[in-house]
Amino acid sequence: MPVPKKTKNLLAQTGQTSAFSFRTKTKSFFAADKGLNEDIIREISAQKSEPRWMLEFRLRAYEIFLKKKMPAWGPDLSGIDFANLHYYIRPQDRVKRDWKDLPVEIKDTFDKLGIPEAERKFLAGTGAQFESEMVYHSFAENLAKQGVIFESTDDALKHHPDIFKKYFGTIVPPADNKFAALNSAVWSGGSFIYIPKGVQVDLPLQAYFRINSENMGQFERTLIIADEGSSVHYVEGCTAPTYSSESLHSAVVEVIVKKGARVQYTTIQNWSNNVYNLVTKRAAAYENAQMYWLDCNLGSKVTMKYPSILLCQKGAKGEIQSLAFAGHEQHQDAGGKVIHLSANTSSTIISKSISKKGGHSTYRGLVKVVPDANNVTTRVVCDALMLDKDSRSDTYPVMDIKEQDVAIAHEATVSKIGEEELFYLMSRGLSEEQAATLIVNGFANPIVKQLPMEYAVELNRLLTLEMTGSVG
Amino acid sequence: MTKKTILQIKNLRAAIGDTKILNGVSLQIKSGETHIIMGQNGSGKSTLLSVLMGHPRYDVLGGSVTLNKKNLLKMSVPERAQAGIFLGFQHPQAVSGVTFGNFLRLAHNSIATAHDPKSVPVGPAPFANLMRAEMEKLKMDSTFISRFINEGFSGGEKKKSEILQMALLSPKIAFLDEIDSGLDIDALKIVVTELVSIQKKQGMGLVIVSHNPKILDFIEPDKIHIMSKGKIVTQGGKEIVAKIEQGGYSALLKD
Repeated sequence: MPVPKKTKNLLAQTGQTSAFSFRTKTKSFFAADKGLNEDIIREISAQKSEPRWMLEFRLRAYEIFLKKKMPAWGPDLSGIDFANLHYYIRPQDRVKRDWKDLPVEIKDTFDKLGIPEAERKFLAGTGAQFESEMVYHSFAENLAKQGVIFESTDDALKHHPDIFKKYFGTIVPPADNKFAALNSAVWSGGSFIYIPKGVQVDLPLQAYFRINSENMGQFERTLIIADEGSSVHYVEGCTAPTYSSESLHSAVVEVIVKKGARVQYTTIQNWSNNVYNLVTKRAAAYENAQMYWLDCNLGSKVTMKYPSILLCQKGAKGEIQSLAFAGHEQHQDAGGKVIHLSANTSSTIISKSISKKGGHSTYRGLVKVVPDANNVTTRVVCDALMLDKDSRSDTYPVMDIKEQDVAIAHEATVSKIGEEELFYLMSRGLSEEQAATLIVNGFANPIVKQLPMEYAVELNRLLTLEMTGSVG
Repeated sequence: MTKKTILQIKNLRAAIGDTKILNGVSLQIKSGETHIIMGQNGSGKSTLLSVLMGHPRYDVLGGSVTLNKKNLLKMSVPERAQAGIFLGFQHPQAVSGVTFGNFLRLAHNSIATAHDPKSVPVGPAPFANLMRAEMEKLKMDSTFISRFINEGFSGGEKKKSEILQMALLSPKIAFLDEIDSGLDIDALKIVVTELVSIQKKQGMGLVIVSHNPKILDFIEPDKIHIMSKGKIVTQGGKEIVAKIEQGGYSALLKD
């Protein structure tokens, strides 16, 4: 994904079809049976040689999962058949660090995604997820020297049990929602990052996620702890090959931003259009800390994702920017939540959505200010662009303000792609599709320009791909 | 060398919904010629240009238009641009998030490809050089390359940007709608000088629409046409303008 040359070749080969629809045959060493029960959870935990507390955590979460009702307030989730999913597949017995040790077929998939070059060129460290497990994981030596931990979450549980146990499940408890409970019961893979006090990681850390087995739920679990005065930018990019039946991706991400620290968490997702993408992401920001979610969602059948920030102490700042593209038969239900728990905190939510060919995009947002959290500022902007009359856009901005001394700004626009804009661009010789693509890229630009350069290029290319054949 | 007829309009009629706006316009433009169309607001001048460019809001009710003997009315909007028509808008649209340089390069390449499918698209860096050379002549700041299309441009900047587009797209015939409005005298001189130089170089036909006779202080037309109620009611040379300046359009229309 972050390798323009490889991607370009790939796009050229695949023409108008989705560029990421390839699949690779893999041999799994262990695949749990379809469906979920206590035995499977015990098996997962045993396979991973987990400590007892984690097994208990999983079993408790499973109980909560069984009790919780499906969320009925949002998109249609009736297509999810929990009994017909795989909950754990492990392609290898252990995580490899060297590229040359990887099995050929896995390498082949990564080659198509351009991982090795990406690493050489851009990355301080790479964790790439193939099915449920981190199979390839390396990071620059200078980071390790500074005490930075960047491992698969499974490894971190073994290597750093104390810090792991202290923070795991504290920001998103299993009882938060049905899918957080499911993730807590069957989680596997994901990234664990710890940045020690005062350490600034200049280059983005990134992991590459990919679902590659039919009917496989992917339940990665990411935990980031930025200690006082540190900073880090974590990037996850996701593409998935197209499957014939439904797939479920349900991740949990927890971020702890301590005093004076800064974390940026950037996501670019391009799930194939049969994936239910139901993700719980939440950060807690302490005194003068800054948390920034940048979330770009393409593809999937249904996405429900509302990155959240708890502003726990004075001076904390939170920002959530999201971009969603809802194509034919897709529902992007996205937005953000900010809870101001302290005085002198500020937040910004910027949400942009594009709908085409009957696609449905929803902005769902919450800004909450508790009593006595005075001198709070918050700004919410949501813009929706619809490419045709069949598409749909809804906005549900909720403001729950229990304090007088708060400055609130809220702007919302919904627009149809303009005839005059199209005419102007076409009068210079551009086709209608070229003109509409330019307008869509321009609409997305304020979000895209925040991305690291190679991702910005990639996202523009994905948007252009989405626009192919979308006019006329 | 005899001048070649580029554009031939015969009895063109057009409407928006049930409202007829063009009621039989006939006009012939030859290469290298400059025509000025004048008339009061609502006389159909701007509509004529929009119809010739193919704006979807208008229905053509009758008549014919040929560009180098090809039926213009059968062409799509981009095909018209590729065939050599350029419209300089009175109120150019802003397109947020799209840089002027990127847009103009795509437009340039799409026209070049239409002329010669084997032509090699011009890359961003060499195209920026082409733009800079032209922008210097128009006394435009080179930061325009990376600014969003017409977003936050002043009236004068918008007009210059239209001329810049015309210069780089090398049309066979250019229609400029109220190109003089929003320009101060100095800027108008710069624009007109550049306009004339491009016209000489490319042998392009030029049709300028204006309601302000002052434009004639700066440009020497081959013919002036006066429009009223969707028709060209009179044509001639500069003497027409003297009449307008004496008694306004109404004096002229009584003749």
